[in-house]
Amino acid sequence: MKKLTGILLASTLATPLFAEAVDDTLVLNEEIKMVTRTAAPAHMAEEVDEIISGWHFRGKETRAMQADDFDNPGMIFVEKGEDSWNKVEGSEGKSCASCHGDSASMADVRPVYPKYNEAAGEVRTLEMQVNDCRENQMGAEKLGYTSGSMANMTALLASVSRGKPVNVAIDGPSSATWEAGKELYYARTGQLELSCASCHEANYGNMIRADHLSQGQINGFPTYRLKNTKLNSVHARFKGCVRDTRAQTYKPGSAEFVALELYVASRGNGLSVEGPSVRN
Amino acid sequence: MASGVKPRVKVPKTAAAGDSITIKTLISHKMESGQRKDGDGNVIPQSIINRFTCDFNGENVVDVEMKAAISTNPYFEFQAMVPEAGEFKFTWYDDDGDVYDTTKKIAIG
Repeated sequence: MKKLTGILLASTLATPLFAEAVDDTLVLNEEIKMVTRTAAPAHMAEEVDEIISGWHFRGKETRAMQADDFDNPGMIFVEKGEDSWNKVEGSEGKSCASCHGDSASMADVRPVYPKYNEAAGEVRTLEMQVNDCRENQMGAEKLGYTSGSMANMTALLASVSRGKPVNVAIDGPSSATWEAGKELYYARTGQLELSCASCHEANYGNMIRADHLSQGQINGFPTYRLKNTKLNSVHARFKGCVRDTRAQTYKPGSAEFVALELYVASRGNGLSVEGPSVRN
Repeated sequence: MASGVKPRVKVPKTAAAGDSITIKTLISHKMESGQRKDGDGNVIPQSIINRFTCDFNGENVVDVEMKAAISTNPYFEFQAMVPEAGEFKFTWYDDDGDVYDTTKKIAIG
């Protein structure tokens, strides 16, 4: 009997079924069917066949929480974002809504960011564009890059785009930034000498100690994390990951992280925008 | 009044008489536990929602006492039987003396 148990145990270890991406379908509010797994975009098809949202790597309760807006704690912050969308601030006496109208009209924005800005001659993240508007159109104070107020705003902008496929441009004027981001993605950093790819490309679906590795997709950002009960922005997450390799990290909002965000976003081209998603 | 406090409730609009329905409630509140210290080492005073009640047409459905270990934005989900058309009243009591309430009507049909 003891021997048999040993065999059973060995076979369980060899096939850790619990660590696979869960087969499930995300339907938002019993209404919007989300694309949470699809064929990988051409630029990465050699490395990965299928791109999978982080939603598939989380537990049943966490997945259910995201499927209903009332249960999704991230939606509290979307409401706060909506309040500040309509709030007049700064010297010009304008709110976001003064120029852009209803926040729902911004549905096509989140999916294409980070995006090349012709006038500025640089690739910009949504956060950079929000601050550009605040500074130059509203005459208001910039928001901290990973601050709560900024996360509320990006959560609002993501929430109105939910269900639309991520579709960032990687060619033309964006290509240099995209290449720089790709370089960073595969660069090993820190005392542990890990690159993004070490965990999120070569080992997604496996456990790293108690953590279930996902593909590191960012279609669900900003993300409400149960562990810190707040929204987490993409760059804050990048910083956490780089820190975990025991490296000096880049700063949120730095050129390096902007490039990395463009590259990582492009690895999710085709997945639905999910922000604010719920993760642990 | 504490800032950023907003009650939210989800109740079906209609139910069959005698049916059990699911009610979801959430109030956004920071639920400061009173266990933490600020940068200068001073204790941050406790500030939580200490009681939550739900009544249906004046009759109590649930009455919950909350303590410091309840996390931010307390969420309650429970079932209630609806014998007749009427109104649910939800009330939250804050440590600072504020009382927040909201009501939801339900019809039989």
